[in-house]
Amino acid sequence: MFYKIINFEYLFLIGYVCRNFTRSSALRSRTHINFGVKGDVAVVRLNSPNSKVNTLNKELQSEFMEVMNEIWASDQIRSAVLISTKPGCFIAGADINMLASCKTHEEVTRISQEGQRMFEKLEKSTKPIVAAISGACLGGGLELAISCQYRIATKDRKTVLGAPEVLLGILPGAGGTQRLPKMVGLPAAFDMMLTGRNIRADRAKRMGLVDQLVEPLGPGLKPPEERTIEYLEEVAVNFAKGLSDKKISIKRDKGLVEKLTSYALSIPFVRQQVYKKVEEKVRKQTKGLYPAPLKIIDVVKTGIEQGNDAGYLSESQKFGELAMTKESKALMGLYHGQVLCKKNKFGAPQKEVKDLAILGAGLMGAGIAQVSVDKGLKTILKDATLTGLGRGQQQVFKGLNDKVKKKALTSFERDSIFSNLTGQLDYQGFEKADMVIEAVFEDLSLKHKVLKEVEAVIPGHCVFASNTSALPINEIAAASKRPEKVIGMHYFSPVDKMQLLEIITTDKTSKDTTASAVAVGLKQGKVIIVVKDGPGFYTTRCLAPMMSEVLRILQEGVEPKKLDSLTTSFGFPVGAATLVDEVGVDVAKHVSEDLGKAFGERFEGGNIELLKEMVSRGFLGRKSGKGFYIYQEGVKTKNVNSDMDGILASLKVIVADSSDEDIQYRLVTRFVNEAVLCLQEGILATPTEGDIGAVFGLGFPPCLGGPFRFVDLYGAQKIVDRLRKFEAAYGKQFTPCQLLIDHANSANKFYQ
Amino acid sequence: MGPPIFCKTSELFLPATSCPAAQTKSKKTLAKPNIRNIVVVDGVRIPFLQSGTSYKDLMPHDLARAAFSGLLHRTNVSKDVVDYIIFGTVIQEVKTSNVAREAALGAGFSDKTPAHTVTMACISANQAMITGVGLIASGQCDVVVAGGVELMSDVPIRHSRKIRKMMLDLNKAKTLGQRLSLLSKFRLNFLSPELPAVAEFSTSETMGHSADRLAAAFAVSRADQDEYALRSHSLAKKAQDEGLLSDIVPFKVPGKDTVTKDNDIRPSSLEQMAKLKPAFIKPYGTVTTANSSFLTDGASAMLIMAEEKALAMGYKLKAYLRDFVYVSQDPKDQLLLGPTYATPKVLEKAGLTLNDIDAFEFHEAFSGQILANFKAMDSDWFAQNYMGRKTKVGSPPLEKFNNWGGSLSLGHPFGATGCRLVMAGANRLRKEGGQYGLVAACAAGGQGHAMIVEAYPK
Repeated sequence: MFYKIINFEYLFLIGYVCRNFTRSSALRSRTHINFGVKGDVAVVRLNSPNSKVNTLNKELQSEFMEVMNEIWASDQIRSAVLISTKPGCFIAGADINMLASCKTHEEVTRISQEGQRMFEKLEKSTKPIVAAISGACLGGGLELAISCQYRIATKDRKTVLGAPEVLLGILPGAGGTQRLPKMVGLPAAFDMMLTGRNIRADRAKRMGLVDQLVEPLGPGLKPPEERTIEYLEEVAVNFAKGLSDKKISIKRDKGLVEKLTSYALSIPFVRQQVYKKVEEKVRKQTKGLYPAPLKIIDVVKTGIEQGNDAGYLSESQKFGELAMTKESKALMGLYHGQVLCKKNKFGAPQKEVKDLAILGAGLMGAGIAQVSVDKGLKTILKDATLTGLGRGQQQVFKGLNDKVKKKALTSFERDSIFSNLTGQLDYQGFEKADMVIEAVFEDLSLKHKVLKEVEAVIPGHCVFASNTSALPINEIAAASKRPEKVIGMHYFSPVDKMQLLEIITTDKTSKDTTASAVAVGLKQGKVIIVVKDGPGFYTTRCLAPMMSEVLRILQEGVEPKKLDSLTTSFGFPVGAATLVDEVGVDVAKHVSEDLGKAFGERFEGGNIELLKEMVSRGFLGRKSGKGFYIYQEGVKTKNVNSDMDGILASLKVIVADSSDEDIQYRLVTRFVNEAVLCLQEGILATPTEGDIGAVFGLGFPPCLGGPFRFVDLYGAQKIVDRLRKFEAAYGKQFTPCQLLIDHANSANKFYQ
Repeated sequence: MGPPIFCKTSELFLPATSCPAAQTKSKKTLAKPNIRNIVVVDGVRIPFLQSGTSYKDLMPHDLARAAFSGLLHRTNVSKDVVDYIIFGTVIQEVKTSNVAREAALGAGFSDKTPAHTVTMACISANQAMITGVGLIASGQCDVVVAGGVELMSDVPIRHSRKIRKMMLDLNKAKTLGQRLSLLSKFRLNFLSPELPAVAEFSTSETMGHSADRLAAAFAVSRADQDEYALRSHSLAKKAQDEGLLSDIVPFKVPGKDTVTKDNDIRPSSLEQMAKLKPAFIKPYGTVTTANSSFLTDGASAMLIMAEEKALAMGYKLKAYLRDFVYVSQDPKDQLLLGPTYATPKVLEKAGLTLNDIDAFEFHEAFSGQILANFKAMDSDWFAQNYMGRKTKVGSPPLEKFNNWGGSLSLGHPFGATGCRLVMAGANRLRKEGGQYGLVAACAAGGQGHAMIVEAYPK
């Protein structure tokens, strides 16, 4: 019996080879697709050469359709399996460069229509097609998968399904807006398309997005990943056979809740209410700054209310329109930038960092520890007091435990991750550290003290990184015996949520030290910009003039609430007055003083006395319960701190009222001007890093794409004009920098 | 592609009985200078029964007592000479958490004989024996009784943590007011019980699920698994019919008939087995109830002594307990690969090769697990990439493997199986005329064990 089975496999292999042979003679060689037949099931394997991911580019599409046509024409083939042999990726999406090269929206619409036609053929296929999904199945990849008759996914953390188009300012343009609501229901479809969120395989199964799950396998006679894909294929082939033999039905059993929901949504009135509610929510959240979500709602509505033809037409047209918008160009620019800032352009460090030590268990120190331990870094968290240490350890534990509550981790995984953390009060174990990150209080003499203490105990290769938001790294390094090993790593709070890491190098910092810091940051999941040392580096330096203007505007009598609403309606995620409270008034004061000294008149505008006065009254912002607003535990609505009225009145500046638009541009142009100056001075290496830093670290409006993209899209001349106008009215803090003037005088753009 | 064991269907069912010991061994004996020889005088077990059958109204220590009585009767040993008693168990009955002591007292052992209980999942009885070996080898004891027990007919089903907490707090409440305020917090869902699961604490994965993934990882087909399970049942039936399962002692269950044999040896047909639906990975997995071991009640016990003591007492001896190893690995993806890791290690330690072994006795948790272990042992790639070895150890020849059935057919009372394996190995060596036996087992937590049993010269 055993013997027979093995022999059968052997025969099968021969048959397989023969078939492949006879077929391939009739075909041109393919680069993206390998196509074989198992019994009467065609197996289409995707694997684009020289790329980490499969994307639905033109070549892959044409090869795919060629193969599908052959499958449909063949008498022997009764069903098909579509699978990727690329580890960690099914299809990551459509090729967005394809859109970028289009000049008109009609061209983009045509691309959409081609996609629609292709997927319609799959949907109408009389031979069942099974999508076997392992790894990312996003965007166009998801649209392809939901056009198939059946979906099987590996229950792996890497397997995620999603429609992230909205994050690029577009919509699912290959039938996704029409098929998704039918498959998962209207509310879930809206949620997926409007948030762009990734959905893990187990949840996708519960939602009805996939039909079967396959558990990832451990080691066998091959590496686990390889065998898992092979197994997925075996399982998918069996299901494909079952489907073509009508032994398996593609109909899914719906739960009671699902049945009730779909019944409710069959009532037109209920549907109208859903559209209305979703639209209201979108308008509130996007402030009308992002056109894509509203168009998605519109397209879905058209399809449901007016039928398929109208729906598909609307989808392709709106897709074309959206691809041409500034917002979409800005968001795609950010996407590209983010990809670049997730690479280590300094190469692999000589010694991989495995043992990390963090000094200071405050909010930042513990945050850095949290994003390190869960990536497998052995981490020492050292503090000066047991109370401080305990608070920090609790923060790390809570961060991990919250993931357990959300089922992103098991309690066992939490415990095992938490065991990577050692809390201590002394320098035991620092002799093994590969990197020390200090996150002690922002005080130069204290930083010098810990630097000297640390250098006495660490090994020669160990990197000393300082997590500071404003203290120049070369001043910190001045106390070091080995300044080539000293670097700045500026994290943003809360560390586990904020994606950016700003790495600061001095003239003395060695390339290997930088490579090491970037490698650690990437491991921690950060998007990284590397900037040159200088007062305020890049991020803090851009923020400071804008903050100065915030003070000035408040001094002019603009209410904090009004200022907040003006900034959020411009696209900032947090209002400007609230931001001061969140950062901490004392920190803002500290930074303003330091940078004011360094940069002089360009950082003037607001009166720093305002901050000083607030600090002396104990209005430190959220952390002290009072700032511009009053913060109370458990109270959601924020009330203005009326004690501020007196302070503001005493520092009042009497000027002619600014228009709302002027207020917005006074803030933004100062930010942008300073960012461009950073590029001009070489603090920034590239405009891309400037945009990524501004958006991911400081909340610069993503729909504008960052200060540099904004200049390109809005026009350098227009910005210079505004700056000149403000300069005349308010002073030299608005004087445009040379590089900006150069761009205004030429057709030069930051992005070609 | 296939290991040599897969040569002919007919050979599967024909265990070789002809003189394997005739071949020359790498070592004449595994005796070591200056280390006491430790011998098995004899070992017994009560029949292993599917849970929920004749033993269902008993408690674990009742089963253990029966095994003790059987051992005392079989060996005729005086209770007073026993220095120490060790028992293994897995799912503990909370009332008799040191089940070894309760059973020993109930079986009439001297109350001056200390007893303790060990737990190491499916290798608990192995751990009990090895603990005994250690006590004797270090000169602390001369005579030890080791064994194991499991009663899956009754498992502790607990109240939920919420209501347990409430009950404990009620104990401490002093006034009526305090009590009432505690009781007012009661919610109906507090009553939902906590069931014990045969699942890993670390991964929450049930063992059957892991076995199915393991079989898939090694590309072990459903048909191969069914075929192996059928072999186990057929060989067990044959051994039962021929009276080879001589370690069994009858057990008169109070209020019921005397139980004399294992009750779930059921050779079926491949056609019947093929009809079953997968039990864990639905609807396309390969592990079914027919190719898995079943929940079992049972107990075993063994008399272990220092050789000189046993000879002085005039015993005829069964076997030496020789080199042993414990191994552990990833509890997620390699949960059941203990034998693969343990086998080459114990052979190396003993200075033997796979060819020196005349009788293999492996614990059969699942057909898929056994066949996956065979493939892993026969793979250089696996040896190099996961075990840090240069070459594979090779898979055991099937004609020497579990010839009298295994856990799939005889049953698997978690805490008791280890002694059954050793006794099967020792009895087979005597019957078939071999010298060395290799016992191996996997256990929850991703652990494993192997030991060499050497036949006592006749």
